[in-house]
Amino acid sequence: MPSFTLLAQSVLSGLLVGGLYGLLGLGLTLSWGLLRLINLAHFALAFLGAYLTYTLSTAFGLDPLWSLVLVPPAFFGLGVLGQLLFARFGVTQFGSLLVTFGLTVMIESLIQWGWTADYRRLEAPAWTASWRIGPLFVPRAELLALSAAVALAGLTWIWLRYTWAGKGLRACAEDPEIAAAFGVNRRRLALVLSGLGAAFAGVAGAFVALIYTLAPSQIYAWIGVVFAAVILGGLGNPLGPLVAGVVIGVTEALTMALTAPAWAPLVSFSLLILVLLLRPDRV
Amino acid sequence: MPRLAARAALLALGLGLLLVPAARPPAFYESFLYLVFHWVALATSWTILSGFSGYFSFGHGAFFGAGVYAAAMLLTAGLPLLVALPLAGLAAALFGVGVGAVVFRVRRLRGELFALLTLAVTFVLATIVLNTRIDGGPGVYLNAVPLPRIVGSTTATLYLLGLAVAATTVATAYAVQGARWGAGLFAIHDDEDVAEVLGVPTYRYKLLALGLASGLAGVAGAVHALFVTYVTVAETFSIVVPLYVVLMSVVGGARHWLGPALGATLVTVLMYGVTGGETAVVGRALVGLTLVLVILFLPGGITGRLARRRPAPLAAPAPAATSTLSALAISRSLPGPPAAPLLVCTDVRKAFRGLQALGGVSLEVREGEILGLVGPNGSGKSTLINVISGHFRADAGEIALGGVRLGGRAAHQIARLGVARTYQIPRPFAHLTVRENVALAGMFGRVDRPRRTAEREANRWLEFTGLAQRADALPAALNLHQRKFLELARALASEPRLVMLDEVLSGLAPGEMADATRLVRDIRDRGTTVVFVEHIMRAVMELTDRVVVLDAGSLIASGAPRDVMRDPRVVERYLGTTHA
Repeated sequence: MPSFTLLAQSVLSGLLVGGLYGLLGLGLTLSWGLLRLINLAHFALAFLGAYLTYTLSTAFGLDPLWSLVLVPPAFFGLGVLGQLLFARFGVTQFGSLLVTFGLTVMIESLIQWGWTADYRRLEAPAWTASWRIGPLFVPRAELLALSAAVALAGLTWIWLRYTWAGKGLRACAEDPEIAAAFGVNRRRLALVLSGLGAAFAGVAGAFVALIYTLAPSQIYAWIGVVFAAVILGGLGNPLGPLVAGVVIGVTEALTMALTAPAWAPLVSFSLLILVLLLRPDRV
Repeated sequence: MPRLAARAALLALGLGLLLVPAARPPAFYESFLYLVFHWVALATSWTILSGFSGYFSFGHGAFFGAGVYAAAMLLTAGLPLLVALPLAGLAAALFGVGVGAVVFRVRRLRGELFALLTLAVTFVLATIVLNTRIDGGPGVYLNAVPLPRIVGSTTATLYLLGLAVAATTVATAYAVQGARWGAGLFAIHDDEDVAEVLGVPTYRYKLLALGLASGLAGVAGAVHALFVTYVTVAETFSIVVPLYVVLMSVVGGARHWLGPALGATLVTVLMYGVTGGETAVVGRALVGLTLVLVILFLPGGITGRLARRRPAPLAAPAPAATSTLSALAISRSLPGPPAAPLLVCTDVRKAFRGLQALGGVSLEVREGEILGLVGPNGSGKSTLINVISGHFRADAGEIALGGVRLGGRAAHQIARLGVARTYQIPRPFAHLTVRENVALAGMFGRVDRPRRTAEREANRWLEFTGLAQRADALPAALNLHQRKFLELARALASEPRLVMLDEVLSGLAPGEMADATRLVRDIRDRGTTVVFVEHIMRAVMELTDRVVVLDAGSLIASGAPRDVMRDPRVVERYLGTTHA
């Protein structure tokens, strides 16, 4: 039986990694739940953001904080472009899964072409240091990622719940024709939402660069667990992936502490399978 | 005869490929062609379930991986190659059937949910393999496994093994597409509920297709284990396998047995044809771009585009056909004495989340009659049809057809006993022609016919419903009136004893309504018992022998049409109480 400190540290790191799951899942749940598009390219975009953060810091000496200012607005534009494309061709939900897989492969190739397939590690001591609370270590960047996830998910929740634009989007997801009859401009709202989703990928990417070693193939490593968080959290609910992500993160961390680290994926995927089998109407 | 020429060309290609090792080409070419075969086998096996039935799986890597590791275990344990390969395929097939037996029981797990679930299965299997003695982490070496040298080098042996697996898989896909089973899978693709109600054993067919698909992927995996000689979890279960398989099938066209093979060849050439350093990245990017462009501009894939030029229809029915039909007819122009009950419902109950849709309905439908089933919206008419046809299971009560109890039977079994229905809003199979729609019902109805006979019979039913001119059209090209008649033709093609018509007249113009009314009478005159659900009272009075009235899930009146319509409770329901 591992010590109490080890267990507490596991719970803490699970909580923190859950924040990152939530951050990555936020854009995904919005586009799937409200636009009915499954955007695999979200992960590739996040990694593009991570590599941009890396380059801004290593080549131009900019603090990673700057990439949080520069990358998301640029990605907002990419998201808008993507939505224009999807709307122009009337891509179906399943078609979107395939198209965005194609985009993922293209972005992966772009990354490999620009940054090679070698591992890249961003050295930013100010960010990667840890705070110490009693016997526990709290890594700074991961705490920030969790805070960013809470803030963005919370703001999005408020936006969807209390503003006209947000209510319009939810109405469109429920019944596009009726919403249109009441004067909701779905086209414009969808562009905004898609832009926001891409911008969130940029934010998540900056934190991925701060916390992890980068390699193009790592894009695929996140897909399973984040999809599990998105589905468990209920589609279209911005707080869903965060809550589910934390649950998955903590269970994973405890599994790793109690058995071997390599068993961790079993947790999220078994959870995903169980939810799909027992509560398919959640999606 | 372009068809014959195409087959001859394919055969020549196969023979030519078989002779390649005899020419002793550089090993590079054999290895490259092996990779083409490898992807052809994987993509084609995937299509047998996913392309045909529309259950897009992202878990093909799991079944492939099951084959890889089963072979690795069996071969390192010293089993001979020709025993190990089929066993590896069997292991993968059993795994597939095991997954399917659970997953296919959940009705809502279709489309993207099925895709995600199968992806998750892949990762679960990968984690288990990685952490148990099957792999344990470091990977498994197979270079000590002796390879029989059939001709020349070991690469030649692998080449021939790859060719054999690919050819077998493509031939299997061809056979499945042409078989009854294949027709059923295509119907499942378009509308699974309707397919089941028409008599397609959907659960069994999906399970068989998954078993076959994963078994073939498993054999391909077993050969691949020998090809790579060193298997690791990260490589075997990587997301690349399912994604490339989907990509190749979609590019080639997933609704055609040859489509995935075409797509696999094209993509493999793009991937490995451009080799070396920077250009490999370009090749990958091209693969991604291809997928995007194909989905946007060519949703049916290459074969989908080619198939748009439809093959010539089967010969039109001989004029004698009509006379054989009328020979089948039983004269019923004079109402005889009350016949024996064909369908008996006793105290049937059905609730949806507390809403009592049927609160204990008892009624009987007599052999050879037209029974009108009327009632306001929400009174439970459609629920009753759905319960009788087996789409919903009754909570309580008993339903019997000609003395055979229907309770607990699956919808396709009930269809085979001779129950058919139409849908108020027509639900044709969108990707099948009008004739294929009708033929499908004939293949799976009360009498199961081979495909060709069913298509000939379908022509007769199209003649009967006046749709013969549109036999080769897709349902989308039909107007509402024609779609309603297609529903009728499809229901009749299964030669049911009882047909339930759900508001066939609604939405029709007066002239079309007269046609439909005549048709319903003809159907009865041919000996089929009819339950006629309708809101248009004039038609009910004109057509039916008896009427039952449902209100809020209960039977409130039954009897001769005129008497029932004078029943004060019925009048109240339809016209409201008089507030004098």
